[in-house]
Amino acid sequence: MNFSREDRVIYNDINLTVPRGKVTAIMGPSGIGKTTLLRLIGGQIRPSSGSIKFNDQELVGINRKSLYKARRKMGMLFQSGAMFTELSVFENIAFPIREHTDLPETIIRKIVLMKLEAVGLRGAAQLFPSELSGGMARRAALARAIALDPDLIMYDEPFTGQDPISMGVIVRLIRELNDALGVTSIVVSHDVDEVLSIADYVYIVANKTVIASGTPQELRQETSPQIVQFMQGKPDGPVPFHFPSEDYKKELFNNVD
Amino acid sequence: MLINSIRNLGSNGLSVIAGLGRAAFMLIGALRPSGRGFKFLPLLIKQLYVVGVQSLIIIVVSGLFIGMVLSLQGYTILVGYGAEQSLGQMVSLSLLRELGPVVSALLFAGRAGSALTAEIGLMKATEQLSSLEMMAIDPLHQIVAPRFWAGVISLPLLAAIFSAVGIIGGHLVGVAWLGVDSGAFWSIMQASVEWQEDIVNGGIKSIIFAIVVTWIALHKGYDAVPTSEGISKATTSTVVQSSLAILGLDFILTAVMFG
Repeated sequence: MNFSREDRVIYNDINLTVPRGKVTAIMGPSGIGKTTLLRLIGGQIRPSSGSIKFNDQELVGINRKSLYKARRKMGMLFQSGAMFTELSVFENIAFPIREHTDLPETIIRKIVLMKLEAVGLRGAAQLFPSELSGGMARRAALARAIALDPDLIMYDEPFTGQDPISMGVIVRLIRELNDALGVTSIVVSHDVDEVLSIADYVYIVANKTVIASGTPQELRQETSPQIVQFMQGKPDGPVPFHFPSEDYKKELFNNVD
Repeated sequence: MLINSIRNLGSNGLSVIAGLGRAAFMLIGALRPSGRGFKFLPLLIKQLYVVGVQSLIIIVVSGLFIGMVLSLQGYTILVGYGAEQSLGQMVSLSLLRELGPVVSALLFAGRAGSALTAEIGLMKATEQLSSLEMMAIDPLHQIVAPRFWAGVISLPLLAAIFSAVGIIGGHLVGVAWLGVDSGAFWSIMQASVEWQEDIVNGGIKSIIFAIVVTWIALHKGYDAVPTSEGISKATTSTVVQSSLAILGLDFILTAVMFG
């Protein structure tokens, strides 16, 4: 698949396969378009060329109705949580169920409470998003993402801005939900340790394509300088610490009278 | 220098046309039948409250004061010709034909239009619109359409309330304070105000202003750069562009209706 934004190439001939029922991580430096990749998979934006398949169905070029039908089988946890601020936690989770089913209120209530129990927030059902901590908001958003029992859950930077306890809870939830619900998970992140602790398979994306892939163990044994720099968080290497500039001494002393 | 100016002019022109195209696509998308049936009604009622009912206070207070000022100014002119009995006619025609539709639309743009832009811009910045899309719910149907119809329904009603309250304000100043005969105030007004010429034309103006202001407000929010600066710019742009559109359209509509 190829994707460009105006004249800027974001992805050049990128090829990924996400195994069913597994946690697949997509990692890479900031700004390389990891979130864009999730939006491409969800059909929110179209690739310049190529193919994106979900459950063996081609998503590129399909009509809106078919795309929306496919999206009912996807859940997405956004980086900001994206909770509806005017609705309570309960109403947020009930929202997609009410929109897509004709279930009676008593059943909807039970489903919502079950989803909230799964993320440990049943007691916060009547709170509003503004009353939740960052970690709780992320968990509430996760409960909404699984409200319709999707086949695929996409996590966009789920660990960003979380304290160690919240991060640990979310790491555990991603793995447990994946196994308990039998879903497929895609986790986009640059938090190396957390991702490697739960992922079954990892893709590292940089330079507009996949530069490495494998199980966490395989990637830890990689010797490529670019992979080593990313995995070990080294400040300098193939990705330079300094933004391109002219010679330091020259710039410091050249213009002195 | 000259080539740069021409290039900038062309680039700005293309950007304006692209913006108009996006606005048109947004409106067409929002007005397309959604098949949501009764699920749309609660959304519309909520927005009628937010957009219409919550604008009532500013409309009533402004209408009252504008009617009072109009009556006071009108009296000082008419009394010089011994025509102060026609004060009701002057106040009502000014309000029904011009000030009611125009001032209520300007107030609506400042009060409800800016709020719509900021709300939708913020929903975009906090990924709420994207999350709707990922839930297979079209944000144009869920967010834009109820707000659009609420604006189109509310503004003509607010303009009618504005004119009615303005006439009461004019009556208070003209009759209760300045001593114009109450019977003359109402009877000359009743004799001179035409249903088609004045009330229907004023209503048509209001409906057109409502469509334009709500459309601008929704598009600016939907198209906003999803940052705090982007939302701030979009909100300002809504008020400025709506105000200019109202005043420009008012001239064209007045020329067509009364010219």
